[in-house]
Amino acid sequence: MSVELDVFVGNTTIMDEEVYQLWLDGYTVNDAVKVRMEGGVMDECEASKDVLLSDTMDQYRTFQMCERLLHSPAKLANQLLFQIPPHRQIMLIERYYAFDDTFVREVLGKKLSKGTKKDLDDISTKTSVTLKSCRRQFDNFKRVFKVVEELKGPLVENIRQHFLLSDKLARDYAAIVFFANNRFETGKRKLQYLSFQDFAFCAGQLISNWTVGAVDNMVEDMDVDLDKEFLQELKELKILITDKDLLDQHKSLVCTALRGKTKVFIEMEGSFKNLSRGLINIAAKLTNTKDVRDFFIDLVEKFIEPCRSDRWSAADMKLYLTHYTNSAHILDTFKHQVVWDRYMGVVKSCIFKMYHD
Amino acid sequence: MPGKLKAKIVAGRHLPVMDRASDLTDAFVEVKFGNTTFKTDVCPKSLNPQWNSEWFKFEVDDEDLQDEPLQITVLDHDTYSANDAIGKVYIDIDPLLYSEAASVISGWFPIYDTIHGIRGEINVIVKVELFNDLNRFRQSSCGVKFFCTTCIPQCYRATLVHGFVEELVVNEDPEYQWIDRIRTPRASNEARQRLISLMSGELQRKIGLKVLEMGGNAVVGYLQCFDLEGESGLVVRAIGTACTLDKLSSGSAPNTNTHMHPNTAPASNACNSPSKDGKEPVFVEDLPSSSGPPTPFRALPTSSSPPPFSPSKPCSRQSSSSDTDLSLTPKTGMGSGGSAGKEAGPLRTLLRQQTQTALEQRGASSSGLLLNAREFPFFTLTSFPPGFLLHVGGVVSARSVKLLDRIHNPALGNTRSYKLLDWNSVTADEPETRDAWWEEIRQEIKSHARALGCHAVVGYSESTSICEEVCILSASGTAAILNPRYMREGCLDIGCTDHRFEEPSPPNCGFCHIPYDELNMPFPAQLTYCYHCRRQKVPDVLFTTIDLPSEAAVAGKGCLIQARLCRLKKKAQGEANATAISNLLPFMEYELHTQLMNKLKLRSMNALFGLHIQISVGENMLLGLASATGVYLTALPAPGGIQIAGKTPGDLSSEHISSIQKRINDTIAVNKELYQINPPKLFALDPEVFCGINMELAEEGVGSPIPEPRHRSRLFRSHSESSDELSELDLSHGKKDAFVLEIDDTDAVEDIHSLLIDAPPPTGFYSCNTENMPGISNWTSGVQMFTSVRVLRLSNANLTNQGLNKIFTDLCENLLKSFYFKLRSMIPCCLCHLNFTVAVPEEELIQVTVTAVAMTYDKEQTQEKTAEKPVNKGSLEAEEQLQFPLELCADSSSSNIQTASKISVSLFTPAAKLCQNQLLIARSAGVGESTNMSPRAASVDYGSFADRCSTWLELLRLKAHTIRRGSVKTSRRTQSLAHSVSSLERCSPLQEGRSRSLRSSRSFGGSSVTVVKMTPLSFLPGTRIIKYLGIINMFFIRETTSLREEGGVSGFLHSFIAEVFAMVRAHVAALGGNAVVSYSMKECVFMENPNKNQAQCLINVSGDAVICISETDQESSASTANTGQTGGSETDGAT
Repeated sequence: MSVELDVFVGNTTIMDEEVYQLWLDGYTVNDAVKVRMEGGVMDECEASKDVLLSDTMDQYRTFQMCERLLHSPAKLANQLLFQIPPHRQIMLIERYYAFDDTFVREVLGKKLSKGTKKDLDDISTKTSVTLKSCRRQFDNFKRVFKVVEELKGPLVENIRQHFLLSDKLARDYAAIVFFANNRFETGKRKLQYLSFQDFAFCAGQLISNWTVGAVDNMVEDMDVDLDKEFLQELKELKILITDKDLLDQHKSLVCTALRGKTKVFIEMEGSFKNLSRGLINIAAKLTNTKDVRDFFIDLVEKFIEPCRSDRWSAADMKLYLTHYTNSAHILDTFKHQVVWDRYMGVVKSCIFKMYHD
Repeated sequence: MPGKLKAKIVAGRHLPVMDRASDLTDAFVEVKFGNTTFKTDVCPKSLNPQWNSEWFKFEVDDEDLQDEPLQITVLDHDTYSANDAIGKVYIDIDPLLYSEAASVISGWFPIYDTIHGIRGEINVIVKVELFNDLNRFRQSSCGVKFFCTTCIPQCYRATLVHGFVEELVVNEDPEYQWIDRIRTPRASNEARQRLISLMSGELQRKIGLKVLEMGGNAVVGYLQCFDLEGESGLVVRAIGTACTLDKLSSGSAPNTNTHMHPNTAPASNACNSPSKDGKEPVFVEDLPSSSGPPTPFRALPTSSSPPPFSPSKPCSRQSSSSDTDLSLTPKTGMGSGGSAGKEAGPLRTLLRQQTQTALEQRGASSSGLLLNAREFPFFTLTSFPPGFLLHVGGVVSARSVKLLDRIHNPALGNTRSYKLLDWNSVTADEPETRDAWWEEIRQEIKSHARALGCHAVVGYSESTSICEEVCILSASGTAAILNPRYMREGCLDIGCTDHRFEEPSPPNCGFCHIPYDELNMPFPAQLTYCYHCRRQKVPDVLFTTIDLPSEAAVAGKGCLIQARLCRLKKKAQGEANATAISNLLPFMEYELHTQLMNKLKLRSMNALFGLHIQISVGENMLLGLASATGVYLTALPAPGGIQIAGKTPGDLSSEHISSIQKRINDTIAVNKELYQINPPKLFALDPEVFCGINMELAEEGVGSPIPEPRHRSRLFRSHSESSDELSELDLSHGKKDAFVLEIDDTDAVEDIHSLLIDAPPPTGFYSCNTENMPGISNWTSGVQMFTSVRVLRLSNANLTNQGLNKIFTDLCENLLKSFYFKLRSMIPCCLCHLNFTVAVPEEELIQVTVTAVAMTYDKEQTQEKTAEKPVNKGSLEAEEQLQFPLELCADSSSSNIQTASKISVSLFTPAAKLCQNQLLIARSAGVGESTNMSPRAASVDYGSFADRCSTWLELLRLKAHTIRRGSVKTSRRTQSLAHSVSSLERCSPLQEGRSRSLRSSRSFGGSSVTVVKMTPLSFLPGTRIIKYLGIINMFFIRETTSLREEGGVSGFLHSFIAEVFAMVRAHVAALGGNAVVSYSMKECVFMENPNKNQAQCLINVSGDAVICISETDQESSASTANTGQTGGSETDGAT
């Protein structure tokens, strides 16, 4: 005697958020049943294991049928197959597109290609996120990437409209897409201490300041690529380190402002030239795609690490960078104020975010 | 040229990719109606094409408009090869043919393919321009409204109820035609879908014609079913109740319909007047002209009701004098002999006159239809306006086993119905047809009803179960007496015995009063005086197929009660098989019945509503499933307990027995608590007090209500809860007492265990299978309709009946448990209209399909009563003024009564010999004397004996008292005063409840337009239906050749059911509606062949598309004017 067929279909599609999460997390039906039993749901309605199994199967089937729609969430709202209340739709989409920070950290900046997909089982073992869940997340990244790649206009807004995601999630996806598109290196050991949220913040800064869309929304190109013109202009900043007078002038201005305000003044004074060279060289090299990829590792190597070895506190760092940026404005011979601000604004906030243990 | 149909194809979306190379589709659309086809342009390379076509116009007969669906096919254009079909949409344009319903169909429809399911959507606009047609010979019946709802639809008033309408059409099943061997599954499925769509259109049109002819304008409780008879064809049949409905609106409207029909249906003119006579339709003996009809009819009831019973008596009286049916409905104890005698005279002559004029007119009009309609005083309605239902007799049912023959289909090949218009035309040579089969069954039902002293059958339904060439036809209903005031005269057999019916019974117990003569009861019954009004007799248990009348007084909550049964049978062919089945049926019915009775007692309830017994036949087994909603009617006596008895008094296992007994007693106590059954003690004196006297008096004084203790025997009687004393009694031969359970073998132990297996629903849940949940009325807005299908494969080859029963019971119980679990977020909630359907699709498969709705309610107020209708004060006064002789006939009440369910089984095969043989059984079984066969002879409740005694005593004393004082009137007045007080009390919380539910429904105002709610009930809580847009009746086939890829059988069926829901919702939305009420899934036939990776499923659903508005919106209009309600609601609808 066996149950050959067992279905339950509601006019309003019944979905249990807990089961949905288990499904998203890639649990098999049997594992999900176990988890639910441990969760004590059985006591709620005098349910037995069979009941739980049947319910879990039903829900899994429903989710599988919904998955197709979730791939283009806009369809979910005007499809006719499932009657799902709007707030539920939002929940379904939001959860479907949610990802594990540990997983995304692994693929951040990698090419969203078949090759990467093949490595997913390694990532799965490493992050202890189930392979199924890894695949879903990876496919989500890829899908979002493919859609917005071709679109004009602001990246975050495009993602939000096409995938009906919350602002926060849309921003995260924008970061992922942006990183994938520019192939920023995030996997090096030196960068391991940075979380996805650190990178997402930086990406947000880059998107809103360094892309074409940042200056002109009407422009044909979109948010995913850095503003080439701007990158060219960055070369002009080199004058700050190549012109000896300017460098000294800059240093003295910064040191005057910092004197007495920090415990690490000596170290700051001592490493000024090195740090300034580091930051400006990063700027000057950004025309090379290769160096764009290394942007974050460069920031860490050229700036963050030296400061850290000198035991600067985060406040010291802020103080230093603020004065470093502002002092350049007082330099008479330095004409590239606009580019300087656009560059330093982003670098400053990125370093602030990245300067932690 | 009576109509112009216009269709416009606007756009498509989410189309599937048809061209792999480009990942796009070049879609175009064919629009077909009848034999005319139009095409749109090809919209190249788009998955979201915008056609924005011109208006395609079809000029057609309205007959075609009714029969044909608009067929829209979406195709992918292919330059080199044949165009590929993407899918189809069938649009039933019937809703556009009523003046008041939808005016346009416009919206997104899922594009459906029988192999791939839903593939995108298409936006279509359809309109109809109808021209008036005054042709008296017209074949169409445009304008007749159809409702699946089995009560008078919310925004209508029934001015007249005309009665039963039925029709069936037959055709060959395309799946079994030779051509099916060479065409694709898709073509075959589509041919089937189209054919069934056509057939149901035709069926509906024909029923509409009958309604017009009767002078009605609507069919309520329309029930359409398919019989897939395989090789022998396809039958589409429908029954319904013809009514004249008035839209509740600003006063002017009411008569438009009646004015209209002489024009629209001239034939009805002639039919109208014969209907006036009505009292004595076909059966009267003085019909010299038409000797045909009366004979077969009279023959049936008389022969099937043996002499000792009353039913035969009225029949004979009827034939000996041209009396009215006055006598047919035996007095219920109130009908005073004297006055009846006086009044009978003039009435009789009047009637005779009418009969004669009617006869003359009938001669003139050739309409046999009307005869037919009046012949069966059946009503498919299950709930009635207050005052409509006077008394309820009990369940009547009939089953018959038939062998299917190939339906004779003439060369014309077209759908043809074998409608027998007149009994005159029936001759022995006429081929046996489906019509004749149903005719027989209905006759039987009718005679059963008569045997119960009733002139009508309400809550009537018909069903079939087919396995190979054997078919079980079943019909059941509730025998009742209706108030003729609401009927079109003539649709009931009963004379218009006005004096009788005007004597009002209290609305909240009147329907319980027995309709039959207590001196000549149709079956042994145990009667008591009504616990509510104390004036009339009531049975101890009442079984009905209808909904609990809203005015009925109940104690506590109701609950779903199911009896489940499996019976193995040997595999056989042809007649042997049919015989085997028909031999099993009575036993199954008996057992189902016993189970129901026991379970009812176990829950301490005394009445069943919505009883539906389904017997399903498979190759090697029969499945029986009886579902009903149990309730405690305060008008009926309290049920007794259940007593367990060993084989012999001194049985060794007495310890075992007492432990079981304890469990049972505990269960009863728990259930009482659970369902909050605390019957009011308005009249019933505390049994504790009277216990002592009871026992003495019961045996000597009152004329013991139980048979004399003759032999010492093994049966023990349990008494009322208050009395532990046991007395030993013998019941007459073979009449097993329902509540005494004997343990004589292991089977019996099993049975008892299975009784106790039924787990009560978890806290926060209630369940019922009726429209209204007894004891709960304060619904909040949460509604979740669902369908669940479970198929069990029996792997064990050597199963016993007991084993099977266990499996089957578990299957049903587990389904319920699953529902409770899934819907736990809705607590507190009630599963309403739980409709279980069982089938045996293959030898070792059991399929159970359930459709129900879960509704949330406000827990705070569950205690309050649900009396919907304020008590009519006028009737109370009238009541007071009437005097009735007191008949203290305790003797009569001592006879045994059981529920009035009558079951007969008959077998009709082409073989005349067998036929006769079986008919005999049917006859004897039909009346219920044959004790060993007929379940009805079964159970007697002695459990409440002491209880009853106490109340009799009390009553006797009361009466004696009043008589002594010589003032019957006084006592009566006090009673009715008490009554009115109680009813007033009941009224007030209602107001509160209503306003509260209104408030709670507020939350649901802001829902999006596209949301379509579905419910099997006739209402949606918190809302008011302002418009009925037409009937939804859809038939779909889905097939797959890649079962595994679609997620196996469960995945396949899951998506199919979801698709069906989606298509229903889309059609409703396109009509402008936002809900489907009275939704039901009539058919869900699932076949699989996992080895071939194939499966096929057929689903038929129906319901009423409606617009409903949140009650808060129309509260103001409702409160300002009671009469002009619709004036308000119409404006609401417009906004």
